Amino acid sequence: MLELRDVATGYGSFQALFGVSLEVKAGEAVAVIGPNGAGKTSLLRVISKVIELKGGHISMEGVSLDDVPAHQVIELGIAHVPEHRRLFPRLTVEENLKMGAYMQAARERYRERLDFVYELFPRLKERRHQLAGTMSGGEQQMCALGRGLMSGPKLLLLDEPSAGLAPVIVQQVFDLVRRIRQEGYTVLIVEQNIQQVLKVVDRAYLLEVGRIKMSGAAQELLENDEVRRAYIGL
Amino acid sequence: MNVPMILKGVGLLAVLIFPALGFSDYVLHIAISILIWGFIYTGWSIMGRFGLVSLGHGAFMGIGAYVVTMLWNHAGITPWIGIPVAVVVSGAVAIFIGFPCFRFRITGHYFALVTLALSEVVRLLIVALRDTTGGSLGVTPRSELTPEVAVSFYAMQFADKTVWFYLIVVIWLGGLLIWRAVDRSMLRYAMEAISQEDDAAASLGVHVTRAKLTVTVISAAMTAVGGAVYGQYQLYINPETTSGIAISLQIVFAVIAGGMFVQLGPTMGAVITLLLTETLRQTVGHDVYGLDVMVYGAMLVLFIIYMPRGVLGWITEVWSRRQEPRPTGTVKPQPGE
Repeated sequence: MLELRDVATGYGSFQALFGVSLEVKAGEAVAVIGPNGAGKTSLLRVISKVIELKGGHISMEGVSLDDVPAHQVIELGIAHVPEHRRLFPRLTVEENLKMGAYMQAARERYRERLDFVYELFPRLKERRHQLAGTMSGGEQQMCALGRGLMSGPKLLLLDEPSAGLAPVIVQQVFDLVRRIRQEGYTVLIVEQNIQQVLKVVDRAYLLEVGRIKMSGAAQELLENDEVRRAYIGL
Repeated sequence: MNVPMILKGVGLLAVLIFPALGFSDYVLHIAISILIWGFIYTGWSIMGRFGLVSLGHGAFMGIGAYVVTMLWNHAGITPWIGIPVAVVVSGAVAIFIGFPCFRFRITGHYFALVTLALSEVVRLLIVALRDTTGGSLGVTPRSELTPEVAVSFYAMQFADKTVWFYLIVVIWLGGLLIWRAVDRSMLRYAMEAISQEDDAAASLGVHVTRAKLTVTVISAAMTAVGGAVYGQYQLYINPETTSGIAISLQIVFAVIAGGMFVQLGPTMGAVITLLLTETLRQTVGHDVYGLDVMVYGAMLVLFIIYMPRGVLGWITEVWSRRQEPRPTGTVKPQPGE
């Protein structure tokens, strides 16, 4: 479904990714794990074209993303749930969800998708008139996931959904991710919480200082000595 | 019918019969000025409410006033054609300035500074082209009015203030309708999203640059119309009174004071600034140079600290809080989690 070949990107003269290649197949959940500053967020941002692609190629279902501007990426079925959620804090929950269905094709199916999201996350329905910025972290993450689903995407990019949340909530967030998987969405998730995320996904890539260092089935990485020593602390 | 609707209806009626109440020309003049400025302020707030703070709307006022007057004085083209031309010119200038700013993400203070520079450029251009524009001495639209001719529709010149009043009421109402149309459109959500999280907005399919340009062009065009009408009404314009920094800052102050998030807020701002200016002029006179600006400054600080949503914003907030437990956006977060 999604294919990256030799992707390079960066900010100004700073290069964040060096020739990253990876693939996500339809129906799969794939994680990109790695330490702080490895370039995980940049990887998702370049797929969304929020930052410039400086080398290599990205394609979604065979369609090249190389020259697609940021606001058109979503039309190809890619929804980005950004790091720290990036909700619109002074809009209500429902207005945030409405923004999720901003693109023309999604506006026609707004009601239907809203019902679907409310069914998936009943808490959001309770809070629908509340300003998004006034909710708890876990609820905000729920809202961000819901907003991502409103465009009816094929692929969800999740950037550190567990970041900044209390341990109990982290568990709940991974349950949400599991539920989204069960609904049949393809997911590319970036996480620092390696032990947790590897239990949710099929495959994973290990990213270090802008390069893919290792890849394999989730279970394989979970059992890999080097990964355990460096990232899980066992 | 709810109470605000009734208030609006009564208010509109009061505005419409105002000239028939037998006020002096001076009072009518103040009312006309309030409506012209109310329209201009409404135009500013169309972009200002989304965090696109322009300190240079004097540029668009100047373009409006001067394009129309120059076309009339030098080519005999009626303001009815001149105003659309001014709208196009101001829109083009807005795109010329806005596009690079929005494309390269110049926002906040930096954007405000760019617009400040723009108003100075326009002002200096008017001064420099003195052979055509009359320079800093200003210029008068060639008068078609004589003791016999009190109304020249073609020249958009009317000796009778009542005619002006109704013409400007129509323009002002048009401004309020534009404000409401934007307020109810998807563009509004897009702009609020952009002003809060622009990358997230882009990822959701919002063409950030285009959305910002759209509100900027609407705002600039309205201000140009306001400037043109101002020139026609006053029958005298000069670069300071259309494009001076004082004008640009007055626009910002008035909208903040009145409230930029409610439809009538900018008009309220016009009431406040004009009454303030007139009161100071009549009580203190011109002896203390710059007094009005000082009072503006002090009030601006007070408003931003104590009433950031402006007078009308504050009133509507208090009102809706009294309208019991309808769940609004200001529900407190519940504890737990």
